[in-house]
Amino acid sequence: MDRFRMIFQYFQSNSESIMNGICGLLALASVKMYTSFDFSCPCLPQYNMAYGLGIMFIPPTILFLCGLILNRQSLVMLEEWRRPQGRRKKDLAVIRYMCSSIMQRAMVAPVVWIVVTLLDGKCLICAFSASMDPEKFVGFANVSTVQVQQLLAKVPCKDDELLRNNTSRKAVSRYLRCWSQALGWSILLILIIAAFLARWLRPCFNQATLLQARHWSNYIDIEQKIFEETCCEHSRLFAHKCILHFFESMRQEIKLHSFSLPREGEGAEGEEDLLRGITDQDQVNKLLKTWYYEKPPLDVSQATPRH
Amino acid sequence: MDKFRMIFQFFQSNQESFMNGICGIMALASTQMYSAFDFNCPCLPHYNLVYGLGILLVPPFILFLLGFVLNNNISMLAEEWRRPQGQRGKDPAVLRYMFCSMAQRAMIAPAVWVSVTLLDGKCITCAFCTSVPVETLGNASHPRLSQGEVQRVLARIPCKEIYNGQQLIANEVAVRYLRCISQALGWCFVLLMTTLAFLVRSLRPCFSQAAFLKSRYWSHYIDIERKLFDETCAEHARSFAKVCIQQFFESMSTDLVASHCHLPRKAPADAGEAAEKLLGITDRGAMNMALKSWHRCKPPLHLHPPALPTGNGWAGEGQPPTHPSAPRRETAAYYSWV
Repeated sequence: MDRFRMIFQYFQSNSESIMNGICGLLALASVKMYTSFDFSCPCLPQYNMAYGLGIMFIPPTILFLCGLILNRQSLVMLEEWRRPQGRRKKDLAVIRYMCSSIMQRAMVAPVVWIVVTLLDGKCLICAFSASMDPEKFVGFANVSTVQVQQLLAKVPCKDDELLRNNTSRKAVSRYLRCWSQALGWSILLILIIAAFLARWLRPCFNQATLLQARHWSNYIDIEQKIFEETCCEHSRLFAHKCILHFFESMRQEIKLHSFSLPREGEGAEGEEDLLRGITDQDQVNKLLKTWYYEKPPLDVSQATPRH
Repeated sequence: MDKFRMIFQFFQSNQESFMNGICGIMALASTQMYSAFDFNCPCLPHYNLVYGLGILLVPPFILFLLGFVLNNNISMLAEEWRRPQGQRGKDPAVLRYMFCSMAQRAMIAPAVWVSVTLLDGKCITCAFCTSVPVETLGNASHPRLSQGEVQRVLARIPCKEIYNGQQLIANEVAVRYLRCISQALGWCFVLLMTTLAFLVRSLRPCFSQAAFLKSRYWSHYIDIERKLFDETCAEHARSFAKVCIQQFFESMSTDLVASHCHLPRKAPADAGEAAEKLLGITDRGAMNMALKSWHRCKPPLHLHPPALPTGNGWAGEGQPPTHPSAPRRETAAYYSWV
């Protein structure tokens, strides 16, 4: 348990680590999903291509959307993009930086699915077996056109009684699998080269702007968290005071009807400070509305409160 | 669990240890990937060579680049290489050291893949089955076939279930022959890599050990400095956010002060403590300027002594004569690298 707590704390230490952790978990989940999915090609001429390509492209779209949903930063970015300007200018470089980092992380799990699918080969065999040229394979060369389509469509199904031990079926299967694996490795190679170039060449362009964008995107995240914590604390105190007032008013009513009770109101004084003068529902609503419509400027040089 | 925590902390202690950990994990991952990968020789004359050599060479290249991509030091290296000189000189020996150490670590996983592939034998069998010497290994009494036919038959050697050339050359014989060559190549490769590693490690101290120590120190320094800068910026952002939000709440409450006649009394103490951590940077423009200067003009590696008050301030005490000499001694100890 200690070990898990330590790993958990390491990932909690900053939100980038959390996002990397989620990204890795989604990638592992996508591999696990693929291995546990029971691929069953329909082995019929028109259905094969739809099934094969569907399995190859629909789950990655789902995983991409999951990656966007699970990433807290996407909400923060949307909020920053759509907020009214107020007293704080908007910096497009920060929004672009956040957008690109969110997209990169969300793309990992779909790419893992597609690469694993291609390296395994079943999808491509299912999708393209009916589009093979029968002349290339001995067993299918002298069959009529209609029948050859049916036979080729049955290639992915190993247990079909027509093609059970047919060497041409195995040849077609091997051929398609070889292409599928070559495509998979090529995609992986291209992506790795792109990632390498991006990491290597990034500091050559606008490093100062990048440092600034990264700092302010981190800042926006932290500010949002601290604001939520402050509001939580405020609402807790508000509720506490509200309930104390309620009991106080009840007690005063009782006092009218019976003998006096000891007074004990001094402890509540200290908490009034933490409420910072915001003590009713309309004021809280106004505060939250102002936070959204008019974020304060990024300038804390004056210590005294200003209007 | 204590042991695990200790190991975890050891690997986290600096970037090099962390990279050693990643390097080991990648080597294990590469053997796992190889055993999970379903090798599927196409058994067609020209495709075999391309497929076999592709599986032998493309994944190691991918693993090599992945070793660089996962290494955080690569952006540090590129940054150090491309930054403007500013007040701090650049030392190409440090850059060379960083690049060499990254490249060495990135080479391990590809070398593991290539060794495992050669020792297993499937790749070489697939790639070179059409080049088997039929005259020496084949059956003496085989029917005369055209060159193309012979190639097609030989190409099916790796696929036992569709092999139809038993009269030409026995499948077992050809597979054993190719596998033997593949394993010999594999062991030679492992021996070569190990010898190279041994030579590099043992001959290094014979050449410019002092320069090597210097480069290693300064490359660790750059790594630690960057990490500390990032942590300081994060700390600063946290304090900035706290003060910003406190001031926001205060400004809201002063708007309502007319109806309540109530000013917060506790806030200033908190604000003071958080404001101190701001290190004097209190608005967006100043922060942007600080970040830009960090990139454009890194400070010199020369720690300044704390500023002395001038003679006027010490009129009443006998201390001044001894103080000026102490910082000079301090300066000499922090000899600059610039």
